[in-house]
Amino acid sequence: MATHTLRAKHRRSVLRNLAFLSPWLIGFAVFFAYPMISTVYFSFMHYDGFKPPTWSGTKNWTYVFEHYPFFWPALRNTLWLVVIMVSLRVLFGLGVGLLITKIKTGTGVFRTLFYLPYLAPPVAATMAFAFLLNPGTGPVNSILEKIGIPAPGWFNDPTWSKPALTLLALWGVGDLMVIFMAALLDVPKEQYEASELDGASAWQRFRYVTLPNISPIIMFAVVTGVIQAMQYYTQPLIAGKVASGVIQGAGTMFEPGYPEHSTLTLPQLIYNLGFQRFDYGSACVVALLLFALSMAFTAFLMRRRGGLIQAGD
Amino acid sequence: MPTRIPEVARKAAFALTVSTALLLSTTACTGQSASGSSDDASKETTLTFWHAWSAPNEVKGVKALVAGFEKAHPNIHVNVVGNMTDDKINQALRAGGSKAPDVISSFTTNNVGKFCSSGALVDLNPFFKKSDIDPATTFPKAMNEYTQFDGDRCAVPLLGDAYGLYYNKTAFKAAGITAPPKTWSEFEADAKKLTIAQGNSYKQLGFMPNYHGWETTTEHYMGQFGPTYFDKSGKSTVATDPAVADAFTLQKKLVDELGGFKKLETFRSTLGDEWGPKHPFQTGQVAMQLDGEWRLGMALDAKPDFEIGVAPLPVPDDQADQYGKGYITGTIAGIAATSKKQNAAWELVKYMTTNTDAVVAFSNAIHNVPSTLAALKSPDLKYDPRFKTFLDIASNPHSTSSPASINGGVYLTTIQQLGYDYESGATSDLTAGLKKAAAQIDTDIAQAK
Repeated sequence: MATHTLRAKHRRSVLRNLAFLSPWLIGFAVFFAYPMISTVYFSFMHYDGFKPPTWSGTKNWTYVFEHYPFFWPALRNTLWLVVIMVSLRVLFGLGVGLLITKIKTGTGVFRTLFYLPYLAPPVAATMAFAFLLNPGTGPVNSILEKIGIPAPGWFNDPTWSKPALTLLALWGVGDLMVIFMAALLDVPKEQYEASELDGASAWQRFRYVTLPNISPIIMFAVVTGVIQAMQYYTQPLIAGKVASGVIQGAGTMFEPGYPEHSTLTLPQLIYNLGFQRFDYGSACVVALLLFALSMAFTAFLMRRRGGLIQAGD
Repeated sequence: MPTRIPEVARKAAFALTVSTALLLSTTACTGQSASGSSDDASKETTLTFWHAWSAPNEVKGVKALVAGFEKAHPNIHVNVVGNMTDDKINQALRAGGSKAPDVISSFTTNNVGKFCSSGALVDLNPFFKKSDIDPATTFPKAMNEYTQFDGDRCAVPLLGDAYGLYYNKTAFKAAGITAPPKTWSEFEADAKKLTIAQGNSYKQLGFMPNYHGWETTTEHYMGQFGPTYFDKSGKSTVATDPAVADAFTLQKKLVDELGGFKKLETFRSTLGDEWGPKHPFQTGQVAMQLDGEWRLGMALDAKPDFEIGVAPLPVPDDQADQYGKGYITGTIAGIAATSKKQNAAWELVKYMTTNTDAVVAFSNAIHNVPSTLAALKSPDLKYDPRFKTFLDIASNPHSTSSPASINGGVYLTTIQQLGYDYESGATSDLTAGLKKAAAQIDTDIAQAK
């Protein structure tokens, strides 16, 4: 009898927990589990979005890996952005945050100045950068030429297009700056005082006091940055379109990646395959690869930096 | 001090954040299928018509065309939406819904194969039969062909486009050139003569050969060489048809002789956009331009300070007897498979594409080549004498188009991609590049089947 009551109690508590969890569970099922399962399903189907899907085995997978000419360049570009752009963005965001917490007067002005670019819509910001960095008419190159520095082709040159995108990302570093500033101001003052008494230099104070205290925030910035870089779509697409001159290409199918596939990213492939080529099966393959890659990166970072997180909380 | 969150919970929460952030990349893959309709075209109804025109005079022309239809069919109202790219049209055709278009028109014939084979646009053969109209005797041959794929007529020509050569007569005179070039070697010599350097750039460039120079796409150049693209079994002939290699070689030669790829690209980045008044031909920055018949109206509207000359594009030296031909394409119209008002939609399509008065008035308004045999002969057709050049190119038996393919224009973008790589120097071995492109085209078609 007693066990029966206990069991009933336990069941009630499970049901109550499930009831509380249900909004999330429904959301998870509808917006994640279902799309995820159908993505896996469609990756094995021949599906053009109109006619009913038909089984095609691993054809889409072979196509993406072996025959789709844009997959490997896009993967390389995405990895480049993940490694270079994310590192620089974190370093720069941290640097700006440090600088602003250190200065005595006009902090508000600088905070606003550094935060403002982050508010610019990505399309407008990219178009503005494409204008500034235009190799022929842009003010940046005319200044560089005047002071005798050879002017790069920026978005029109495959070797400079990704650095140009990185510049754009650094300009919009306001979000990271704010997070880092909050973290830096949170570092206990007494730790700095104690380390100063012990004779620690500025670098040592940064290395042994600041860094361990803010490491969870750095971790957060890196992981969210990696995910953002993996899903980088708007900026490279707009930059490529503007630089290639195809702004209103109503009569042409714009193949993203100008110049020479250098601004091509994996999300653009999903768009190109699915919505331009009507090959949803292959688009799903790329989507799954992107998902797997993001998970792998995140898992790797969590393992490597797990210790740092615990040190901070 | 806050309570420590257990490691497992923390990791789970993180994994969840990651998953949610990745949602966008995985939700792209769900779809729906289409259905026909049995609406009554004589009842009160409203259609949505999407088109790609964007220049003010063109938009005005479309409005006048639709107004004419509404006058003839007082029960059918048309909601016109302009400036639609093929990307947007593709998406709307797939998604359907109450705001999706019933009738679409696209600037490119490249997608016809894809539209037909996928069933995105309905087969119009039954509609033509019902209305007792024979497409073969209504439309010019090339246009009749590029609007169908494998017997499925999912599109109708809505005005045609012919490509020719625009040249700055004033600059020609200044350079001592008396007539437009008829062969590519004459063209090459003229382009060099017309190029005037200014510092590191150009005061006037004879011709902008780069493939990103809007209309100077690979297929437009190739139109002058007459390639076959596919053999009888449907395999790509890009690597075996010498016309393709000849077209690539000529373009690369022009790029090298006029300043090299990098310098030309830098110059191109300084030029105004294709559809604006600062188009480089209209500003006099480029003396010769490969372009369609619509440019004449646009260039005249921009009131340039030079005289505009028009001629067919040159032909290869060994095909001098075929001078006068050009690349032909056009705008197409079709009815969305997702439309619930297909009978009413057919009335609009029928009016826009087969009513001679409507076709002629629309052609007059937006300076495109008429798309019916009757309209081509219409005495109401008003045009600048120079426009006649394009009518002649359109009716020239040697003029070419690019064939419809199951995956739309993918084979053309593959060729175009090789063009980009070859002109920039990223690919230097043309023969190997062509072989690779042909294999790619065959694989892409197999993938689409």
